[in-house]
Amino acid sequence: MKVLTLNFLTCAVKTCKASNDSFPLHPKDAELAKDGVEINPQLLVNVLPRIDWTALRTTSTELGFPALPEQPPTAEDLTSDEKMLQELHTLLLETQMLEGKLVCGHCGHEYAVREGIANFLLPSHLV
Amino acid sequence: MDYLIRFSQSHETFRLPEIEALALIEGVDLKVVSYSLDSPFCVVHLPSEDAAKHLIRRSILVMSIYELWGSGVTLDDVHAAVRSTTAHLWPRYLACSFKFTLDSYQGSRAADDKIAIINSFAYLGFAGPIVMRRPDEEFTLFEDWEFNSTPLGIPDPKCSFFGRYLATGARDLPKKLDLKKRRYISTTSMDAELALVTANLALAAPGKLMYDPFVGTGSFPIACAQFGALTFGSDIDGRSIRGDDRKKTLKGNFDQYGLLSGLGGTFTADLTNSPIRRNALTGHGDGVKGRLFDGIVCDPPYGVREGLRVLGVRDPEKSPWVIPKGIEMYKQPDFVPPRKPYSFLAMLDDILLFSAQTLVDNGRLSFWMPTANDEDQEMPVPMHPYLELVSVCTQVFNKWSRRLITYRRIPDAQVDQDAFNSREEGAQHLGKTVDELNPFRRAYFNKFET
Repeated sequence: MKVLTLNFLTCAVKTCKASNDSFPLHPKDAELAKDGVEINPQLLVNVLPRIDWTALRTTSTELGFPALPEQPPTAEDLTSDEKMLQELHTLLLETQMLEGKLVCGHCGHEYAVREGIANFLLPSHLV
Repeated sequence: MDYLIRFSQSHETFRLPEIEALALIEGVDLKVVSYSLDSPFCVVHLPSEDAAKHLIRRSILVMSIYELWGSGVTLDDVHAAVRSTTAHLWPRYLACSFKFTLDSYQGSRAADDKIAIINSFAYLGFAGPIVMRRPDEEFTLFEDWEFNSTPLGIPDPKCSFFGRYLATGARDLPKKLDLKKRRYISTTSMDAELALVTANLALAAPGKLMYDPFVGTGSFPIACAQFGALTFGSDIDGRSIRGDDRKKTLKGNFDQYGLLSGLGGTFTADLTNSPIRRNALTGHGDGVKGRLFDGIVCDPPYGVREGLRVLGVRDPEKSPWVIPKGIEMYKQPDFVPPRKPYSFLAMLDDILLFSAQTLVDNGRLSFWMPTANDEDQEMPVPMHPYLELVSVCTQVFNKWSRRLITYRRIPDAQVDQDAFNSREEGAQHLGKTVDELNPFRRAYFNKFET
């Protein structure tokens, strides 16, 4: 799954929703892959306001990428700064998590990722 | 300027909603002048020829669009209209190659009559070469005949239209995505034609994010990706997404059509215990923050084949070993969590709430649900104060029908907060077994007998 998806995922356990620590999930033993995807500036401009930037900075650092700036770029920044656009594109849309675990910072539950597909099914005592 | 849309006479209740959705996607100011469910001919008013071509370029149910030169009850009426309103256009087509076609819906003309009709347009004065294959311009006389005209001996159509051909719709697209040629399908895969219509109604387009929480083998995300969207999918059954781990997988389908860049991510999850981040509904969101998707498209399980289930144990007292076993074993990689039956109507409420929470303002929820033909088992269209009903389209089968229902996420400021607060949450969906919880399933297996 693309790194963009990670910015949308939180712990599935309902009682964790109250805590800020349940988002973002923390990759553990992550195996990544990089695809070549044609850059689409319109998509990035559309998606930018929906991204939780603080969470993205955390995820990006945890995956071993150079630190993202503290403030998110604006739409104008993106359209004028080719380098920033390319970096964001590579991080969000070209980087895939293939294997590993996604860990909740609140309850410690580990969700397995196999062949790019994460498993969020919960046993009955957590439902 | 008026234009004539020549629809396919199939999926009739889907046709207007589809072009209305396309008008939004393409930014075209569309006004419908005349339309009937019984006829393939629809007159519309559009700002320009370019707008007309753009309007239908992604349409699955439109055959083609024409610049309307004249219409009327009789052929003479058509000629009168053409003479009085289009004479200033005729000089443009004096020298180009052209051809004339006759399109008789529900009727037929003898060969001699066809030629006579075409020749009756001689006053147009076109002097260029007549070319049957790919002429510069094509002119068509459309005839709308009464049903059963031929056996009833009705000699003339009820009305006719004359127009200049502009463009063709996208009716070849379902062939590209045809299930018969798709690498990986299942018993519940949605057919390509209706998956594409659904994608149009959900306003899928480049730069947009679409999600299917009952993704199965990926029919809806594929259709949305075909129109340029970035798609996400989940299903409670991970095997459905993984397939057979070789070429027959959901991802393999995207690969087959060259749409891999449209696949954002898939995961295994239960919608009622969703890992998608979302905020509680308030009256004062800004329409983007905390929201994720432009569209949610799905075909939720009706409770027939799949016996609608969610995570949990149906009766902990009857099977007391299940929960402790789960505590002991859940971290093992091949652990399969227990599921319990769930009500279809409750699932629809969950889908509506989830969509209200995760769609951006004016985003679309588009999903399928059955209606049994028998009056006793009719299920009403579910509603939510944060979602405005846009359209209900029905596909009729022999003993049952299903509806494609589309909603728009209303901006917070326009939501009726009183209606929202007074709603009784968690409606009565009592029952323990799948049969008790799903009236449609009962009717289906009882062959809809009362």
